[in-house]
Amino acid sequence: MSFSTFKKTTLALATALCLSSVASATELTVYTAVESDDLQKYAERFNQAHPDISIRWVRDSTGVMTARLLAEKDNPRADVIWGLAATSLLLLDEEDLLEPYAPKGVEQLDPKFVDANTPPAWVGMDAWVAAICYNTIEGEKHGVPMPTSWEDLTKPEYKGHVVMPNPSSSGTGYLDVSSWIQLWGEEKAWEFMDGLHENISRYTHSGSAPCNLAGSGEAIVGVSFAFRAARLKSQGAPVEVVFPSEGLGWDMEAAAIVKGTKNMEAAKTLMDWAVSRDANELYNEGYAVVAMPGVAQPIENYPADIVDRLIDNDFAFSAVNRDRILQEWQRRYDAKSDAK
Amino acid sequence: MTTLTTARMTGLFGFNQEAWIKLGLMLLALALMLIGLVFPLYTLLLKSVQNSAGEFIGLANYRHYFSTPSLVNSIANSFFIAIMTMCLVVVLAFFCAYGITRTCMPGKKVFKVLTLLPILAPSLLPAISLVYIFGNQGYLKGLLGGESVYGPIGIVIGMCFWIFPHALMILVTALSNSDARLYEAARSLKTPAWRTFLTVTLPGIRYGLMSCAFVVFTLAITDFGVPKIIGGQYNLLATDIYKQVVGQQNFQMGAVVSMILLLPAVLTFIADRWVQRKQTSQLSARAVPYQPSPSPVRDWVFAVLCFSVAGIILLMIGTAVYASLIQFWPYNLTYTLRHYQFDGLGGSGWESWFNSLKMASGVAVIGTLVIFTVAWMVEKTKEFSLLRQWVHLFAILPMAVPGMVLGLAYIFFFNHPNNPLNILYGTLAILILNTLVHFYTVCHLTSMTALKQLDPEFEAVGASLKVPFWRTYLRVTLPTSLPAVLDISVYLFVNAMTTVSAVIFLYGPDTRLASVAVLHLDEAGYFASAAAMSVLILLTSIVVKILHAMCTHLILKRSQIWRQR
Repeated sequence: MSFSTFKKTTLALATALCLSSVASATELTVYTAVESDDLQKYAERFNQAHPDISIRWVRDSTGVMTARLLAEKDNPRADVIWGLAATSLLLLDEEDLLEPYAPKGVEQLDPKFVDANTPPAWVGMDAWVAAICYNTIEGEKHGVPMPTSWEDLTKPEYKGHVVMPNPSSSGTGYLDVSSWIQLWGEEKAWEFMDGLHENISRYTHSGSAPCNLAGSGEAIVGVSFAFRAARLKSQGAPVEVVFPSEGLGWDMEAAAIVKGTKNMEAAKTLMDWAVSRDANELYNEGYAVVAMPGVAQPIENYPADIVDRLIDNDFAFSAVNRDRILQEWQRRYDAKSDAK
Repeated sequence: MTTLTTARMTGLFGFNQEAWIKLGLMLLALALMLIGLVFPLYTLLLKSVQNSAGEFIGLANYRHYFSTPSLVNSIANSFFIAIMTMCLVVVLAFFCAYGITRTCMPGKKVFKVLTLLPILAPSLLPAISLVYIFGNQGYLKGLLGGESVYGPIGIVIGMCFWIFPHALMILVTALSNSDARLYEAARSLKTPAWRTFLTVTLPGIRYGLMSCAFVVFTLAITDFGVPKIIGGQYNLLATDIYKQVVGQQNFQMGAVVSMILLLPAVLTFIADRWVQRKQTSQLSARAVPYQPSPSPVRDWVFAVLCFSVAGIILLMIGTAVYASLIQFWPYNLTYTLRHYQFDGLGGSGWESWFNSLKMASGVAVIGTLVIFTVAWMVEKTKEFSLLRQWVHLFAILPMAVPGMVLGLAYIFFFNHPNNPLNILYGTLAILILNTLVHFYTVCHLTSMTALKQLDPEFEAVGASLKVPFWRTYLRVTLPTSLPAVLDISVYLFVNAMTTVSAVIFLYGPDTRLASVAVLHLDEAGYFASAAAMSVLILLTSIVVKILHAMCTHLILKRSQIWRQR
C-alpha cells in the first residue's frame, strides 16, 4: 500500500514539475532549412537574450519544408519560419500564410533584404550564393582545369565531368537557371545551357548533392552553392570554391511569422532578435553576405568582394516565370536525357 | 451496406452473440482502413482534379500530364525497372527459399540470418554502398564495364538488395507449409524429381509465388529512396512525384502522378483475386509437414548459390560499415569513430535514434495484433463476405501507395481544421499509424498465406464443439501460425526503423526519426555520418532480432512440436 502511495506522490510531483517548466517557458515551433549542425547554435544564441522562450525546431531541406508549409495551409503548425529561402516565402505570402510584422530595428537592414510591403511579410537574414565546387585531386588526375567562369563549363574538356541540380527538383537548380537568364537574357542563356547540357554527367535531385559529389570525387565539377562548398572544404574535402566571374545568382534566407500563431508575443520577440546585430553576426559565421550593412566580416573561403559579384536578382521575375522556364527546361533536357 | 448486412445476419442467425462480435471487429478493421488509408487518399485524389486554388477543373491536370513527353516517358521507365527487378528478385528468392525449406544444405540458419540483413538497413545504405563500390571512385567499378552506376543499373541493384528479403519471407512461408504425403505418394509412384517439382511443388506454392511477384513489382515501382540517390536523371514515376511536390510544390500534379502510380495496385488486386479463387488449402488437418532428406549434390549446389547471394549482401553492408569508420573517403582512409557522434545533427543524433526505437516498438506490437487478427477475420470468417472483400482490398492497397504520397495525404487529411483527429498530427501516434498502414500489405499477405494453409476444419470443429470463435483463434490458429506472426512483428519493427519517405512530412519537433536523420546527414554531405547512422539502425534491428529469436525460441519449441515427426 505504502509503495503505491509513494508512487502516486512521485507521479504527482513529476507532473507538477513538468507543468511548471512548461508554464515558465513559451515554446515556439520553428520551421527551418538551416543546416542541422547549426540549429543548436542558433537556439543557444537566441536563448542568451531570451531564456524564457524555447525553440522547437522542425528542420528539413528547402523543398520539403516549403511543401510541408503549403500542405499545412488550412491548419498551420509552425509559429515562426526562421531560415527558409525568400523565394519560398514569396510563395507562402501569395497563399496568405504569413503574418506581416515589422521587427524592431528592421530599418537598419539593407532594404534589398526586406519585403517591400509595409509592414513586411518577411525579412531577410543572409544571402545564399551560387558557386561551383571543383575537386582539385580528380581535376589534376583527369586533366580538367579549374573553371573560373560559367562559360568555361561549356568547353569540351569538361564533357562528362559536370554535375548540377535538376531545376525541377531543387531550388538551387532553379536559382542557377534563373540567374543565367537574368544575366544574359533568354536567348543567350538557353544557348549556354544547351552547351552545358552536353557536358553534364547527370542532374541530381538535391541542390547540395553536386558539391558533395565533387567532394568525394564522384564528379570533378559540381554546380551548387557557396555555403555547402565552404563547409565541405573545412571538413577536409579537396575542393576549391569557384565564384564564376560573370556574376553569382543568389537567394536569401529569411524569417517570417506564420499567420494564426497562438504565440504571437514570443514570435515577435524572435523576429525582433532575428534582425538584431547579434543575429547578423551569428549569420556571418556561415555566410559572407548578411542583411545588416557593415556587420559582415570577410570569412574563410569567400572572396572579399562577394557583395559586388551578386547579380541584381529580380525575385519577382523568377517567381512569375518559374512554370514557363521549367517547362522549357524539361522540353529541352529532360526528355533528351531519357533517351540515353 | 452495413445495416443491410446486419439485418441479413440477424435474420439468419438470430441474435447470435458471436456474429455480433465478429461484425464489430470487422467494422473496426474497416474503420482503421478508412481512416488510415482511404480517406487520406481520397483527399489526395481530390487534389488531382483541382487547380492550385482548389477549384474543380475535371481532368485538365491529367490532360496536361499526358501531353508532356518527359512525364509520360517515366511510365515506361518505371515499368522497365520494376519488371527487371521482379524477374531478378523472384528467381533468386525462389532458389534461396527452396534451399532453406526443401534441402539439407549446410549453414541454413546462418544464411537465413544473413538474408534478413537488407531489410534491417535503411534504403540509403545500399545507395551509399553502391557509390563506394561502383561509383567513379568505387573499388569494383571495373565490373560495370564502363557503364555508370548512376542510372538504371544502380537502381535495379539497389532495389534488388532491399526487396529481396521481402520476397524471401513470402516464399519461405509458402514453401514451408507443404504436405509430405504428396511427396511420399510421388516417390512411391516413381515420379521423376522434375515432374514432382512441376506437379507438386510449384502448384503448391502458386499462390505464394504470385503474391511474391506482385509484392516485388509494386515495391519496385513505388520505391523512391534508391532512385533519388543513385538514379541520376533516369526519370521514374516515384521520383516525378518528388519533383512535382518537393521541387515545384505542385501538389495537383503530384497527385496526378500518384494516381497513375496507384493503377498497378488495382491490377494487382484483380490478379490476386483471380489467383486466390483457384487456390485451395493444401495443409489439411491431416497434413504431415515435409522434412527434406539429405542429398549431398543438391544440398551443396544450393549452399553455393545461397551463399553467393549472402556474399553480395555482406559486401554491401560491409562497405557501409567501412564507410562509417573512414575519416574522409576516398582521400583520407584512416580509421575513426568520430562519425558516430553525428556532428552534422548538432548533437540530436542519439535522440532521434531513441524516437525511432519508440516508434518501431509501437508499430511492431500494435501492428502485429491488428494485422494478423484482421487477416484471420478475412480468411476464416464465413459471414459478411462483402465487408471482408473490402477489408481485403484495403489491406492490399497500401503497398502500391508510395510513402511520400501517403505522407502527403496524411497532412491533407489529418491536419484539416475540421478533422477531430487533427490532435494526432505531429505526434508519435500518427507516425505509428502511418507506418503501420504503409507496411500493411506484406504482413497481410504473409498472414493470409499462413492462414490459407490451415484447414478450415479447425474452425468447423471448434464451432461444432461450441467453442467460441475467439478461443479457437487464440488456442489453435494463433499458436499454429506463430512463426508467421513472429516474422510479421520483426518485419514491422525493422521497417519502422528504416522508413523515410512517408514520415518525412509527418514528424514533429520532438519526433525526428533516425531514418530521417540519415537523409539529412547525406544531404549535408556527411556521408560517413549517414553511413554511421545507417549502421546504428542496422545494429539496433539485429539486436532486436536476436532478442526476439531468444524469447520466442521456447514458445516455438512448445507450440510447433506438431510440425516435427
